[in-house]
Amino acid sequence: MVALEKALVGNRRYWTWIGALLVVIALGVLSYLRQLQFGLGITGLSRDVTWGLYIAQFTFLVGVAASAVVVVLPYYLHNYRAFGKITILGEFLAISAVTMCLLFIFVDMGQPGRVLNVLLYPTPDSIMFWDMVVLSGYLLLNAVIGGITLGAERKDVPPPRWILPVIILSIPWAVSIHTVTAFLYSGLPGRHLWLTALLAPRFLASAFASGPALLILLTMVVRRLARFDPGQEAIQKLSLIVTYTMIINVFFVLMEVFTVFYSQIPEPMSHFQFLFVGLDGHAPLVPWMWASMALAVISLVLLITPRYRANERLLAVACVMVFASLWIDKGMGLIVGGFVPSPLGHVTPYVPTLPEVSITLAIWAVGVLMLTVLYKMALAVREELA
Amino acid sequence: MSMDRRRFLEVAGLSALVVAGKRGFDALTDGGRAEGATERRPAARWAMVIDLRKCVNDRGCTDCIAACDRAHNVPHFDERAHEVKWIWREPFEKAFADHGSPYTEDAFKSKSLPVLCNHCDNPPCVRVCPVKATWKRDDGIVMMDYHRCIGCRYCMAACPYGARSFNWLDPRPRVKELNPDFPTRTKGVVEMCNFCEERLAKGRAPACVEACGEQALVFGNLHDPGSEVRRLLRTRHAIRRKPELGTGPNVYYLV
Repeated sequence: MVALEKALVGNRRYWTWIGALLVVIALGVLSYLRQLQFGLGITGLSRDVTWGLYIAQFTFLVGVAASAVVVVLPYYLHNYRAFGKITILGEFLAISAVTMCLLFIFVDMGQPGRVLNVLLYPTPDSIMFWDMVVLSGYLLLNAVIGGITLGAERKDVPPPRWILPVIILSIPWAVSIHTVTAFLYSGLPGRHLWLTALLAPRFLASAFASGPALLILLTMVVRRLARFDPGQEAIQKLSLIVTYTMIINVFFVLMEVFTVFYSQIPEPMSHFQFLFVGLDGHAPLVPWMWASMALAVISLVLLITPRYRANERLLAVACVMVFASLWIDKGMGLIVGGFVPSPLGHVTPYVPTLPEVSITLAIWAVGVLMLTVLYKMALAVREELA
Repeated sequence: MSMDRRRFLEVAGLSALVVAGKRGFDALTDGGRAEGATERRPAARWAMVIDLRKCVNDRGCTDCIAACDRAHNVPHFDERAHEVKWIWREPFEKAFADHGSPYTEDAFKSKSLPVLCNHCDNPPCVRVCPVKATWKRDDGIVMMDYHRCIGCRYCMAACPYGARSFNWLDPRPRVKELNPDFPTRTKGVVEMCNFCEERLAKGRAPACVEACGEQALVFGNLHDPGSEVRRLLRTRHAIRRKPELGTGPNVYYLV
């Protein structure tokens, strides 16, 4: 890959950071080896709650990956110059996020040695087959686009003309990865939290809020660590996108709450009851869900008020809140909430175990490591030219 | 040098894509052919009828369950989380949440009954499996290939009856007495009731049906108008679990 050598030079702080990430990864690898030996029984999952922390991270991160489109689309389709400097950051974020998604799926497999069966016996009936197709396609698209544009930038020449249609293709493709991921859930009979046509739109709204919120935070970090200024305008425009998409997301959630509770149909209601007040004496997610709601409301106050949004310190706080709120809601809330109560009405609590958390942290560390290396390359090329 | 490496990666990536695309295309065209092939009427459509007046499951009888567990090397885990169940007891109000009323006698509400895979006409588990490790035979039996299953558990999310189990741990040490005529499973794969297809192939009734001393379980061919199951369904009121989901369950309960 272009400019990989740029990631191999850095100061003491850089190497300490890389070292710390590698330690987290190593611990996770040890936990994974144990999981491989004992089986998935090492996790908190059960016959009733068959997906948990891993699939929750996967679902959330597909959204982060898809969100690159909010910088790619204005820049390439509308020639919005202010996003020129951060487009590559968005694409590299997508690469790291998709990689994490694939890893989270992989560690969730009961028979990881057989995952290639998905290619050996392709099954177009299965949404999971399509999800794999769109996710790996999206990874490839962003790797090609990021590599080619950065390579051209390094040589100080415009990128080749053929890359433009590839970039244009990546825009609907980004929408597709999150739509197909929503279809994984929304087409299952008997899972009433997910059985809603609003799931895919909700996924997209929350993706286009959480992803750009993270991108704002990342550009702020990068600006402090390197000689790189994304520009005031880019950050403010992104914050406007986060504001609108977060409002739409909360609106969608309220739509769902209305339909479920005004219709008074017991099964859909029972999932919300489990999440927000507890059911049959089990309420493990209740504090988390209310925290998610509170974070959403406070972040909206900060984002909607122009004075607060213009204040970068408060904007950063709002972005952390948006990210955390959606990480809870679209991760554990959506996945575990969908399994409890079970189709037979049993309430089985789920709490992730230590090895499960360790593996999860390690995959996040892999993503952060990739992001660090990719951003280092991009910024080094920029600094070289400056 | 770096150009060469890039060129190589480009070519390798492209070839992988072409291979995957070819396989996907083959699968699509195969699917079309298979649909035409199933137009001929299959000889059998297996179904089970459970007579709740005869069943003494709530009086502690577990003969059908024990017979099934023995026949299929079903492991026994102490923790509820790791349970593997093919046929098991469930209270009436859980199995049939939409039946009964506040005035139904408590004794009836808590009456337990055997539940198992419904071998649906339109099984969601088969639809979602990404590797065709679970499929429906022409005679309606939903089958499971333990050797192809990747353990993604999508089928468990899709099944509205909770009929599927996952081997969270190695099941072999937890099998009470090994039946050498039936395979054991490995950790990391899904399993469920197979309507005793291995016994049907030899012309024998399912193990649970044979084990029931009350003859509460009746097994037969729905396509045969003269079969016992058809006679029972003609003369008695039968209910099925969640027929409104369009799955077409083939286990009937006589109430």
